[in-house]
Amino acid sequence: MLTTRDLVLSALFAALVAGLGMAPPIPLGFLPVPITAQSLGVMLAGALLGAKRGGLALLLFVLLVAAGLPLLAGGRGGIGVILGPSGGFILAFPVGAFVTGLLAERFATGANPLRLFAVCVAGGILAVYAGGIPWLSVVAGMPLEKAVTAMVAFIPGDLIKAGVAAAAAAAVRRAGVLPTAHA
Amino acid sequence: MLGLYLHRDSPIHRLGAGVKMGGLLAATLLVLALPGAVGALGAGLSGLFALWLAKLPLGRVLRELRAPVLMLGLLFGVQALVAGTGWADTLAAVARFAALILLATLVTLTTKVAAMVDLFERVFAILRPLGVNPAKLALMLALTIRFIPLLAEQVREVRMAQQARGVERSIAALFVPLLVKILRLADDLTAALDARGYDPTDDARPGTSPNDAVGPNNKEAQPPC
Amino acid sequence: MPNPSITLRAVSHAYGDRAVLRDLSLTLTERRVAILGGNGSGKSTLARMLNGLILPSAGTVTVDGLDTRRDGRAVRQRVGFVFQNPDVQIVYPTVEEDVGFGLKARKMPKDEIARRVTAALDRYALARYRHQPAHQLSGGEKQLLAIAGVLVLDPAHVVFDEPTTLLDLRNRRTVIQAIRDLPQHAIVVTHDLDMVMDFDRVLVLEDGRVVIDDAPSVAVPAYVARLG
Repeated sequence: MLTTRDLVLSALFAALVAGLGMAPPIPLGFLPVPITAQSLGVMLAGALLGAKRGGLALLLFVLLVAAGLPLLAGGRGGIGVILGPSGGFILAFPVGAFVTGLLAERFATGANPLRLFAVCVAGGILAVYAGGIPWLSVVAGMPLEKAVTAMVAFIPGDLIKAGVAAAAAAAVRRAGVLPTAHA
Repeated sequence: MLGLYLHRDSPIHRLGAGVKMGGLLAATLLVLALPGAVGALGAGLSGLFALWLAKLPLGRVLRELRAPVLMLGLLFGVQALVAGTGWADTLAAVARFAALILLATLVTLTTKVAAMVDLFERVFAILRPLGVNPAKLALMLALTIRFIPLLAEQVREVRMAQQARGVERSIAALFVPLLVKILRLADDLTAALDARGYDPTDDARPGTSPNDAVGPNNKEAQPPC
Repeated sequence: MPNPSITLRAVSHAYGDRAVLRDLSLTLTERRVAILGGNGSGKSTLARMLNGLILPSAGTVTVDGLDTRRDGRAVRQRVGFVFQNPDVQIVYPTVEEDVGFGLKARKMPKDEIARRVTAALDRYALARYRHQPAHQLSGGEKQLLAIAGVLVLDPAHVVFDEPTTLLDLRNRRTVIQAIRDLPQHAIVVTHDLDMVMDFDRVLVLEDGRVVIDDAPSVAVPAYVARLG
């Protein structure tokens, strides 16, 4: 059963993910596409809130995007964007946060940044790509290999984000302000 | 941030949230199903008409749409380069999504958050047998919307600090104060909801409301100030 | 109904090993009660105990005869709470929706909610912001909105936790006037010595104990002297 605190934490992290989308994208010189920080929010929500509350946070975010709020990076929103080529990645956000949280609860309960990094890569990158790439392939009508190739460009940026998320999560855990992730 | 409710006395504003969301969904499916830019053209023109009918500031709304359309152009452009799709198709795709974003913006600008949240509550009531509590979900959605401007501001501050210090410095170190602030904020917010009479067990199904679950959780509480 | 009163009996509280309140026994019945004290004196903890947001480690707190431990929900209906930072208290995106929040949580009929919300907004000159996002209000207006959201629930007591600390001078005056005009029993935790001069009773907390308990004309100078 969700406590008032659980509701508040999930809502706050959903708002954080939206806030990360509104900040100017981090331009990375060696990539043609600006890296947006929203998948950083996926990893942070999972790593800090755990599977249930983290997944819920991203579910709230996706619902509000579907309702038409312009919360995706660049001010996009609406059911149309979700049904579009990048929609699979957005729909996979809650799953990514859930997986990150689940793995963190099992394998990275402490403040070890390497373990947290592995967890963020598994949940925030692998799980999200696993949903997003097949969707991209089907909706954009491109063969799966091409969709995979197209995503390679995003991997360095996503790895950087996983590193940032892991370092930040580790530091927050060391600070001891974390609400215990009890059921 | 534009994109939230803008009050006007108009027939579009008076339409029910269900009608508008249903219409948006139908229009979306239609635009995506129709070939090329036909649907986009239709949706774009009706969107502009509805915008006028709703007495919304046309120029401001269109200016707000510039960023998402640029972003879409970039995304589809890269995709066209990588996958080798034709430029005509790419242009049509950008037009479709631009039109859909216009319609979505129209719905958010003319529908109160409370009405939208009520709609979600009604729609998600069908999931009650699966253990979903629609009232709780509705409250969380409203809370999220309330905190977006606050957190967007905090994130902007963090980014500015990053720029001031040079991005090559530890980004994580800058996110930590932000996260600590959010977690502390959660303490206060929980107390505020409790103080304003919110009771998480209220909307539980009958017979599942243990009385001692009401009230503060002293174990987790931090000393105030 | 008897006069509104909040009673503490042998109340102590600790966070882990750190004691913040030590064996307090008090009966608060005066219409305007101020609680002064430095940072860490325990005054915010005390304030949060008055409506059951924090339960004492030992002793009991009763509000009009209701125990905060046993009757938490009933106590919170009787005691409104206004936080220092209105940003944590405003939970709905627009002004109107936020004022209605507590009423909705009580499952009040829609037209009754609308009537009460209108009255509360009129009272604090917020009616023109009715449909606006709450985050666009000024600091003072936000605090008035927070107060409106509490008063719309018609509590018998209102506890304020440093309501003017984050405000500029003009906003501070507005909020002080709003507190002055309240028909309710008000308990105000504050650093604002000017505000408390026309109160009925002033308590000074130091290290978890009440060290001064008197009328403001006596208590405030004594407090200032203690600060050295």
